Amino acid sequence: MKRSLTRRIVLNGTGLLVFVCAVFPVFWMASTAFKPNNEIFSTTPKPFPSHPTLEHFDLVLNGGIAEVSFWEYFRNSAILALVTVVASSLLALLAATAVARFRFRFRTTFLIMLLVVQMVPLEALVIPLFLDLKKLDLLNTLPGLAIVYIGFAVPFAIWMLRGFVAAVPRELEEAAAIDGAGPVRTFFKVMLPLVAPGLVATSIFSFITAWNEFIFAFTFLDDQEKYTLPIMLQFFFGRSGNAWGPIMAASTLLTIPVIAFFLLVQRRMVSGLTAGAVKG
Amino acid sequence: MLDTAPAVRGTPGRKPPGRARSRRRPRFGPYLLIAPTVVVIALLMFWPMVQIGIMSFQKVGNRQLRGEPAEPVGTENFRTIFDDPFFWQTLRHTVIFAVVAVSLTMLVGTLVGLLLNKLGKKMSNFVAGGVMVAWATPPVTAAIIFTWLFGTTGGVVNWSLDLLPDFLVGSGWDDYNWFAKPLSTYTVLTVCVVWQACPFVAVSVLAGLKSVPGELYEAARVDGSGPWRTFWSITYPMLKPIFLVLLVMSIIWDFKVFTQLFVMAGMANRDSFNLSLYAYSEAFGSMNPKLGMGSAIALVLTLILLVVTALYVRVMVRQGETR
Repeated sequence: MKRSLTRRIVLNGTGLLVFVCAVFPVFWMASTAFKPNNEIFSTTPKPFPSHPTLEHFDLVLNGGIAEVSFWEYFRNSAILALVTVVASSLLALLAATAVARFRFRFRTTFLIMLLVVQMVPLEALVIPLFLDLKKLDLLNTLPGLAIVYIGFAVPFAIWMLRGFVAAVPRELEEAAAIDGAGPVRTFFKVMLPLVAPGLVATSIFSFITAWNEFIFAFTFLDDQEKYTLPIMLQFFFGRSGNAWGPIMAASTLLTIPVIAFFLLVQRRMVSGLTAGAVKG
Repeated sequence: MLDTAPAVRGTPGRKPPGRARSRRRPRFGPYLLIAPTVVVIALLMFWPMVQIGIMSFQKVGNRQLRGEPAEPVGTENFRTIFDDPFFWQTLRHTVIFAVVAVSLTMLVGTLVGLLLNKLGKKMSNFVAGGVMVAWATPPVTAAIIFTWLFGTTGGVVNWSLDLLPDFLVGSGWDDYNWFAKPLSTYTVLTVCVVWQACPFVAVSVLAGLKSVPGELYEAARVDGSGPWRTFWSITYPMLKPIFLVLLVMSIIWDFKVFTQLFVMAGMANRDSFNLSLYAYSEAFGSMNPKLGMGSAIALVLTLILLVVTALYVRVMVRQGETR
């Protein structure tokens, strides 16, 4: 009895320690963002701000850190992410239906291709894609960047979505077909509502891919008013590396939406990545 | 919401192929459905890959960017990089970092996964939720946060190290600059990358552990097997497929780490370059871009990763993922 109590205390204590280690950097970011400058550079840092202030957020949001307003960057990032989500979900839904519902020649080849392209170093692809987009006059434009992001988001989206499509009972489709519904109608009335949760999860991951992307946006975008949030953050960080208050405020604004979305779908992410391995 | 149990879908063993699947005789349907994706991937992934191969045998610089045709230079790019000790230094950085970061990620991630499995349901969800925060943090933010944590003035790490007794950690931490030397820069990078990568390993291991039948552990306990032995005789063999996938994915991710190092060390700090940063800096880093040279370095990186990817594909195919 006594031994099991000690054991539980040790286990839960270690659990708490892991929790603290995991969230500390993000906590410290948010905490710094609310501290006045004298507390940020204090020789004895405190975990919580003694005199919380919104001055850093005010500076970031109301255009003190760059020539362009924060909302402009936010809009660029949001538009890019939304376009990526819509286009990649659409492509993924079509392809996932194909691999989950049909057996066809080159099906395995297609699946292997999806695995391979997820592992391709994007850091290498940036060189040729820079030249290709330059030739197409799409460099330094958001549509150019969107095209690239769609390509990067699609393979994983298909990989994740095919499980959801396969889970829809085939009998439902057959019933709809017997009732005289054509393929298009069956798709919209039967398939789509049932795959919707999977589509939401996939969409959020495509969203995060585009929202977080750094190297392509950094390389392709020249004009400040076209920057996305990560580029704005890096630009600001590089220029005024010691203004930790505003930098942490901007980081917080960039990070919070991602963390919120991520916690919503993390479970599906794991099953999408290792489903087969888990099944044994 | 953070319960990971449903991640384990279905029962062990393979589902037989659906019977309707063999009944349908699709002709163009599936090909039409995958066609848009194939086009997108071909244009954005495969064609650029080919271009890297072509450009690594060419001189592509400012004149080519203005529209002149590329100059073929044979194997000159490769001879230049292989003769340059700097290339070998970046390769060394890449490999050593990957080995250290992957080992730590797998070790810490597995331990956290085992812990999550031992904890009560509520506590387990709570800790898993916290761990997810690390995973969800965008790489750019993560790199900036760790630069701040390890900062020279006001950095909380230096402050803590300074508080610790000198015989344990030495003195002079007060104004220590972590980003002055490659070794200390890579230390911070390792902490940052491992912090972000562990959660994925932990949660995958947890999902795997939940699929191991409890009777096995029961039997081991009855037979008097200790935790160490139980891990190596039951947990490890049962989770081997997961470990393999996680290992290969971690190797690939850590080999090409770019954003975090770029933010921490920057383009000016050549001493800290790894392969991907070196390729990028040759291609875009100066007023005199050398895209051919950059491609040659990128090709070396890609070929290394291709070997690892082949292993990954083999594992996935053998586990029936492509059925």
